[in-house]
Amino acid sequence: MNQAIFDRVRTLLGSASTGKSGDGIAQAAPDSTDGISATLALAKNEGWRVRIEGRGSWMPPNAPADLVVTSLGLDRVVKFAPADLVATVQAGISVAALERALTEGHAWLPIDAPGRPDRTIGSVIATGTAGPLREGFGPVRDHVLGCTTVTGDGQVVKSGGVVVKNVAGYDLNKLQAGGFGAFGLLTEVNIRLRAVPASDLTLIAQGGRDALTAEARRVIETKIDPGALELLSPAVAADADWVLAVRLIGGAEGVRSRAKQIRHDATVSWTALTGDQASALWHGAARAFLSGATTIRLGVLSESLDEIIDLVAEHLDLGLLSAGTGKGGLRWSGEATVEHLTRLRHVLAAREIPLTLERAEWKLRHAFGHFGAYREGVGAVVSRLRSTFDPGAIFQVPLDGTAVDG
Amino acid sequence: MPSLALAPPRTIVDRAALATALGRIVGDRWVRHQASELRTFSADGLPTHQSMPMLAVLPGTREELIEVVRHLHRSGIAFVARGAGTGLSGGALADAHTVLIPLTRLHRILRIEPKTKRAVLEPGVVNARLSEAVAPYGLQYAPDPSSQAACTVGGNVAENSGGPHCLKYGVTTNHIVELEVILPDGTVTRLGSPHGEPWGPDLVGLFVGSEGMFGIAIEITVRLVPLPQAVRTLLADFMAVRSASEAVGAIIAAGIVPAALEMIDQACVKAVEASIYAAGYPTDAAAVLLVELDGEPVEVASDGASVERLLLAAGARTVRSATDPAERNRLWQGRKKAFGAMGRLARDLVVQDAVVPRSALPDVLDRITAIGQKYALTICNVFHAGDGNLHPNICYDGRDAELTERVRAASREIMQACVDAGGSITGEHGVGSDKLDFMPWIFDATSLRMMCDVRRVFDPAGRANPNKVVPVFACREWRAGGVS
Repeated sequence: MNQAIFDRVRTLLGSASTGKSGDGIAQAAPDSTDGISATLALAKNEGWRVRIEGRGSWMPPNAPADLVVTSLGLDRVVKFAPADLVATVQAGISVAALERALTEGHAWLPIDAPGRPDRTIGSVIATGTAGPLREGFGPVRDHVLGCTTVTGDGQVVKSGGVVVKNVAGYDLNKLQAGGFGAFGLLTEVNIRLRAVPASDLTLIAQGGRDALTAEARRVIETKIDPGALELLSPAVAADADWVLAVRLIGGAEGVRSRAKQIRHDATVSWTALTGDQASALWHGAARAFLSGATTIRLGVLSESLDEIIDLVAEHLDLGLLSAGTGKGGLRWSGEATVEHLTRLRHVLAAREIPLTLERAEWKLRHAFGHFGAYREGVGAVVSRLRSTFDPGAIFQVPLDGTAVDG
Repeated sequence: MPSLALAPPRTIVDRAALATALGRIVGDRWVRHQASELRTFSADGLPTHQSMPMLAVLPGTREELIEVVRHLHRSGIAFVARGAGTGLSGGALADAHTVLIPLTRLHRILRIEPKTKRAVLEPGVVNARLSEAVAPYGLQYAPDPSSQAACTVGGNVAENSGGPHCLKYGVTTNHIVELEVILPDGTVTRLGSPHGEPWGPDLVGLFVGSEGMFGIAIEITVRLVPLPQAVRTLLADFMAVRSASEAVGAIIAAGIVPAALEMIDQACVKAVEASIYAAGYPTDAAAVLLVELDGEPVEVASDGASVERLLLAAGARTVRSATDPAERNRLWQGRKKAFGAMGRLARDLVVQDAVVPRSALPDVLDRITAIGQKYALTICNVFHAGDGNLHPNICYDGRDAELTERVRAASREIMQACVDAGGSITGEHGVGSDKLDFMPWIFDATSLRMMCDVRRVFDPAGRANPNKVVPVFACREWRAGGVS
């Protein structure tokens, strides 16, 4: 650990907010946006490389840095308005703690991100890691109404607001959701909530992959508007077979009716899970992705799923895989090299399918990049945006990668 | 560091030579430079803001649009892209130093892909025409601004437009997956991907709602959604506006997300019922709520029954249910044509746009009534109650300077009341010119300066729709260290 950096940060924040990271780097854990701002301004002035961390349970906390700035000191619900179904929370609060707080107000945040429940909400938003509920409730960005972000030179920028509809000013929230922290460190977010549904039923079908994707297409044709409609590989579902899982959310009568519609003319056998079984399935599936060292997501539509799953099998494997069979999206986790991923990214790019590296060890992230090559003209825009939000280039966030030639 | 120019330099332009040059690109008949021709483009539905452009050029193809923008870049001339001119914020106005580029000739739907639920279109496609075109495939384009019979999807992209059915389906940004754009320097690039994943940082999300200040969308790929299996429309009338407001909160709190949840107050109901758009709304009610549920038939029936109970419990005098498409269309016609009906009441009509937390609706509506009384103005309200998006309307005669000043003062006070309640100055019309002064009410100097900086990423010279959204002169002062 660089003692001089540690001492400077301790002087700035005090001993209670200063420590050492797991890999021996000076760590700042400010308990306020102002503290984050002062820390990043200092880092920029000193030319320190900064690693942003939450709990460290999703993204491996191993980017080389001079200073780690963690959001864990920011773990409060700032304001919760159940009547408006809006909450303002600090970015370091865990998903589990947030869920507990919301339940008291009969509210719910329909994001079922992969990973452990102790992940911070800031991590979920910054990485844009939506789970199967994206089918019915949209991607992570759709739940973010406003952000407080600290830029790489310590400026505190607010975007959006606390109302559910708002077009005042440019929508800078969109850069933060899925920006991997390249555009600043999130300290507070205003999130849109839902009332806890009266009924939440999960049905599963087990079998061969082709039979299940065919059944998924049939389910979509019924227009039953599922909350989730996800194809899970055996390893993700902890099952001997592939599993197609549908989650029906809403009023009790409507959920019963939709379940009946699914079973009507079904080409596979559907089983309704108990609440505990459903919870075990979805939480298990979320955690399963941590079993692989590397996680990617593909922006693929359901019509191309069969072909793309085959491509993933050809270039990687079919170990840990989950795919949205309605509105699309595919997540894979496992062991992969830069070369394997690069080849896959090329093949997918030819089909206009983006591959995003969600998590990996630093060496792979740095070489491959979260996004890798962009479409023509986009890279220059992204580069200028990064310079705007991080003029000293202090954030250790490898959006582009170094080993990918496009 | 010296400040970069945030507003474009006022290039000295030989107007006739420019018209000739642009005429070579689009054809002389598509360059408008006579005052009588330009008057059409001098407003965007908001009578308090008018401005005559230097000239207007109407490209008819993608290639012409690109060439026009590149010519203006080479000449250092500012421009404003414009859809149908229904924005109501003074956002699509150009001044005497600025070229207006109406995009209404770029009105082709290029592809409809039912299997992937996508459509690819030019920016001048009229919103309602898109939904009509995809309906035979059992699909719809969900964002439905009240001006949808005229407004263009390109304009919707610029403003991130909403509409009644955005309560359930989301606003424009939730339905745009890919954009081909031309930046103000003439660079053409594609943002996003047809599959919905952003392909890098979410630049589509950033571009949508940037009010034409980052560039122009040349080609738009939209996400379509299936037409619902069942629809039920309820009309509830209340003898007190507060009761109607409270019913809105009760419905949302019950976990029901209607497709639309609209409120129309008595003054507005009377205007509608006195017009050709009469929908059978009870004119003696203080307010009516229009609630639409759609989805799976049993769920719609079940939720419909629940909503009816909630409406009655909140004090609804009667709840009427539209049982056939004709009746449903009639109820909606009253809502969608409300602005038109009110336009008959006076020479001019200001339609305002603000958002408040749902729970603040009763108090803010009371406050708006008080503001109307203070300024001796009749303010009608017809709005998206489910998401707290207010549209106070003020009828007046713009030839009366004193009255116009009262309208401006009342509008300002309404905005302040909404901001005080935790709301925002615009929910779907955009900031444009009209709300520039209010931006510092909701964003601090640092945040506004960052918006200026982000704009500069796309448009370093500040030539695309100059002097809108962010108060640039204030921003310059802040940059010089005056405030921040």
